[in-house]
Amino acid sequence: MSMSDQVHPSQEETTPALVRLGRFLGDNPVIPLIFLLLALVGVLEIMRPGIISPFWFGNTIKFAIPLAMLAACQMLTMLTAGIDLSAAVVATVSAFVVASVTPIYGPFAGVVIALGAAVLVGLVNGFGVGVARVHPLIMTLGTGLIATGCLQVYQRFVINTGSDIPAFLEWLGTGRTANLPNGLFLFIPFAAIILLGLRFTGFGRLLFAIGSNEHATKLSGVRSWQVFMALYALVGLIAGITGLLYVGMIRAPSLSLANPLLLPSAAAAVIGGTSIFGGRGSYAGAIVGALILTVLGTLLTLLQMPEGARIALFGLIILGVTALYVRLTNAR
Amino acid sequence: MSFAQKHAWTLGLVALLLVLLGITKLIQPSFGASGLESLARAALPFAFATAAMAVVVIVGGIDLSVASIMAVCAVTAAVLMQSMGAVPAVAITLLLGLAMGMINGGLIVVTRVPDIVVTLAMLFVWEGTALLILNAPGGTVHDWLEDSIAGTFLFWVPKALIVMAIAVALVWIPLKRSKLGLSIYAVGSDELAAFRSGVAVGWTKVAAYGVCGLFCAMGGLSLIMLTGIGEPVPGPYLLASVAAVVLGGVVLGGGIGGLLGPIIAVFILRIIRTILTLAAVDPNVTTIVEGTIMVAVVMFGAFLVMRRNKA
Repeated sequence: MSMSDQVHPSQEETTPALVRLGRFLGDNPVIPLIFLLLALVGVLEIMRPGIISPFWFGNTIKFAIPLAMLAACQMLTMLTAGIDLSAAVVATVSAFVVASVTPIYGPFAGVVIALGAAVLVGLVNGFGVGVARVHPLIMTLGTGLIATGCLQVYQRFVINTGSDIPAFLEWLGTGRTANLPNGLFLFIPFAAIILLGLRFTGFGRLLFAIGSNEHATKLSGVRSWQVFMALYALVGLIAGITGLLYVGMIRAPSLSLANPLLLPSAAAAVIGGTSIFGGRGSYAGAIVGALILTVLGTLLTLLQMPEGARIALFGLIILGVTALYVRLTNAR
Repeated sequence: MSFAQKHAWTLGLVALLLVLLGITKLIQPSFGASGLESLARAALPFAFATAAMAVVVIVGGIDLSVASIMAVCAVTAAVLMQSMGAVPAVAITLLLGLAMGMINGGLIVVTRVPDIVVTLAMLFVWEGTALLILNAPGGTVHDWLEDSIAGTFLFWVPKALIVMAIAVALVWIPLKRSKLGLSIYAVGSDELAAFRSGVAVGWTKVAAYGVCGLFCAMGGLSLIMLTGIGEPVPGPYLLASVAAVVLGGVVLGGGIGGLLGPIIAVFILRIIRTILTLAAVDPNVTTIVEGTIMVAVVMFGAFLVMRRNKA
């Protein structure tokens, strides 16, 4: 640094302010996102004074949690230049299975079978992506279709047994402790594991390495197919847990329960600064991205626009935020 | 490279399609002209959506908003036909589709945001636009347009198939033989190399997305010709078109493939559905079979490429 200062003494001073801002934001993608979130909350308060209450706060967090958990699936796979289009279907499968198995074999068996199914889909994805080298988009699309079909067939076998949601999942999904949703009891440890795991474990670093340059990673002695298997199995597990939480929240299992969350979960990860080309991303950003989308949803509902305008504006804002982000940080 | 080697994948698909048609005939001996006709009609919107997707995949992108653009074009045409003749309404709809596609492409080039993210956001924008144009299914379609894809021509060739072939060929064949077509393949196989060879990469992408929008407009028109009504909610064409494009031998990442393979793949996927229905298989199992075929075919393709590279 001192060398370059001597050679180009005026370099630092002539750097335009916008470029410096861009560099700063590129290093700390979460900061501008938090500002955006606060700005949205401010707009909300101006539009409908008094709406910001501890209850509203708790409600926003409650609905952002499943989105943030599915965004973890997208973020983790995007780190390796992948994507998981089966995540929402897996969440739906796990929700439906737990609700239909519980009345027969009890809640414990329900949870185990549901998560087992979720991990199984993940392992198939991992095999396809890691071993058979199918493009993740195609592979997860295919397994999503297969899982949907299996769910429809399964539904006809259990249509008479009725459904029952374990009490602790309802407690987790709908209960509140000190005005905050009980879902945080699940989400805070979960987020801590992801955040710390990405930063401090070898597996977390391997994800970044494979996303940055898979060939170099392989030459360094990493068996990338094992990483992919583990990654997609983990992502399946996360999607399964999300389904369990979500069915406790909605309390009505259906064949398309979590499916509307798929595209927003990818949007949350992208808004949060994760590159779909791999190698760059943070879970903190994805969490803030999920919060932004949830607040944005409330905001657009309050605007009393026609539904079409609301959906269109949602899309434009996602595009605007990502475009601005790319422009500022000069990165893809 | 001989003709057979060059078109091995497409020829394989044709063979598969013929085998499947044979199986259909075995299961249902009465399967004939009317069966073919309903198959071609049902495949029509899927074929246009797949052609649209194929063009952008060849240029190295992907368009997640095809189904939404189709919905916008369908409702626009249905609303326009309430007050004007079919020909101007169709022309306006085609121009609208072209414009929407070019907006997608323009945004990708200008913002430098990845294709998949831009078109994901535009999926919402176009979906909302369709709802703004028409809040509930409505509008009207002129009878002769509906008749133009119903029935058969020359005893057994479905009219729907002829309309589709003419529409796709009119756009694709001149395009593929032009400089622009070459540029599309060049940008798809290596963007940097294309840029250094003097290809206007940005404009090529915008043009490719415009063609995609044009095919989507045809898909939207075929939708209202099938149902007689404009439906603002996007149909299941996004995932189906990606599946057919990949099955049709177009490589995700760009530069390889054409439109013939993907369109044959559409018919393969539709006829599998017919066969399973005729064989009285649970319709839900059909979804499983389709997903499995898609994954298996792609794995098979990857396996072939690996063997060729080793040899």
